[in-house]
Amino acid sequence: MEKGVVISGFGGQGVMLAGELLAETGKEEGKFVTFLPSYGPEMRGGTANCHVIISDEEIASPIIDHPEAAIILNLPSLDKYEPLMKEDGLIIINKSIVPKEVKRTDVKILQVKAQEVARDLGNEKTMNLILLAAYVEIEKPVSIEGLKKALRTFLTGRKETLIEVNEKAINKGIEIAREFLGVK
Amino acid sequence: MGEKILMKGSEAIAEAAIRAGAMAFYGYPITPQNETPEYFSRRMPELGRTYLQAESEVAAINMVYGAACTGTRVITTSSSPGISLMQEGFSYIANSDVPCVVVNAMRGGPGLGDIAPAQADYFQATKGGGHGDYHSIVLAPHTVQEQCDMMYDAFDLADKYRIMVVVLVDGLLGQMMEPVEFKDWADVKSYKTPDWATVGQGERSNRNIITSLEILPEDLEKMNLKLQEKYRTIEEIEVRFEEYKMDDAEYVITAFGTTARIAKTSVNMARKEGIRVGIIRPITLYPFPYAVIEKRVNQVKFFFDVEMNAGQMLEDVRLGVNGKKPVYFYGRLGGMVPTAEEIYTAFKKQIGG
Repeated sequence: MEKGVVISGFGGQGVMLAGELLAETGKEEGKFVTFLPSYGPEMRGGTANCHVIISDEEIASPIIDHPEAAIILNLPSLDKYEPLMKEDGLIIINKSIVPKEVKRTDVKILQVKAQEVARDLGNEKTMNLILLAAYVEIEKPVSIEGLKKALRTFLTGRKETLIEVNEKAINKGIEIAREFLGVK
Repeated sequence: MGEKILMKGSEAIAEAAIRAGAMAFYGYPITPQNETPEYFSRRMPELGRTYLQAESEVAAINMVYGAACTGTRVITTSSSPGISLMQEGFSYIANSDVPCVVVNAMRGGPGLGDIAPAQADYFQATKGGGHGDYHSIVLAPHTVQEQCDMMYDAFDLADKYRIMVVVLVDGLLGQMMEPVEFKDWADVKSYKTPDWATVGQGERSNRNIITSLEILPEDLEKMNLKLQEKYRTIEEIEVRFEEYKMDDAEYVITAFGTTARIAKTSVNMARKEGIRVGIIRPITLYPFPYAVIEKRVNQVKFFFDVEMNAGQMLEDVRLGVNGKKPVYFYGRLGGMVPTAEEIYTAFKKQIGG
């Protein structure tokens, strides 16, 4: 098993955190993982993306040329990755700020108004975790339990209060994924 | 060995160096490796070791030179333009026979260039860089784990041969995160001050003098011959390389560092289509593994060298092949990183596919 995902958006949307969390989960589950970030010199704004690979075997290139899955958080990211997607790949889109429709007909598309959903949960910033959890539930590179466990190692000290809302976000992501997959 | 920790390459390399016994760090910040000195700046004082941000790269390398003269395990890290500024110091260190470790996270050049990953400092690192007839041992890791393991080797080799060891990495290896497992801490308390160190005469009957100056040509030639003798020994016993899927290979890709890692994916793509290709990955760029190239010459149809430069290691591959088989090249410049597919496509063109 080798699964790769590209997570891409603006700086500040939680792109790197989502990717790191996924990589940490994979590591904890005894998998080979690589996390490759790419971003401009800016601290906020600008474009940011990361490539995460989780595998049972040693990983050669950490770069994903043609994603089998992508979590797209803004419009420039859709423009960049739509043409690169593997046939039958999965694009998960933050519909809140990506109003554009996907032109490719040979890919699976899950559109989520992630920011609105996150706001309803009580914290708009958890948008990244809703989409990450949806990805994990559909593609299963790691377990959801593992993801929740890793989350707790990320949110320590002052951030401990954020565990609850982020777990809610993960559960919401699972729900959205199950609906998408047509399972109850 | 302990548990696996998910770590950024540029921080893991610092932690590994510290565990390998680095007692002093001197440096000057430069992107894309600022996380490395930042990490040292936090950890070294915690351990009662020395961290000093110098006023420039020239100052930093001369501080390294000074610490090296006392037999202290010392390290500096920088990136291409900063490394260029240190070349005078490197040359002095070489002819003074003192050990130190230098990490170069190569970025796009020439000049100020950019901050993206590159491999264009191969010539500078392996063929000298500073003036005079000298070499440094050059190590080229291709994963975060290998990079960490190599820091122990870097210090050991530096001490063993009283030589500068360069660890050549790039921004891609520095920015990416992978799980790493660190080797046990080096027992720094067991290190004795070497008898050549300039730490005061003490009980010794003679004064130790370390200098790269020898004004009489007859004597300077002798110093040079001694250096050359050291290099011949290193060339004989310290060569390291990895062969990847070479047993039945009809073609061989040569690449080092990040490019070799990407090329492994290209090789797997080719293997899926039944093309028997393997990789020879030099791990020591100096001493270069000419022998393995010579050994494989009769087995393969051609060599295909891939680098993130205009063809630098290519010259060493050609020396090894010695005209017996074609050597083709594919490179990206200025901080561009080739994709696995791109390498595969360029390779396939040469077999007429």
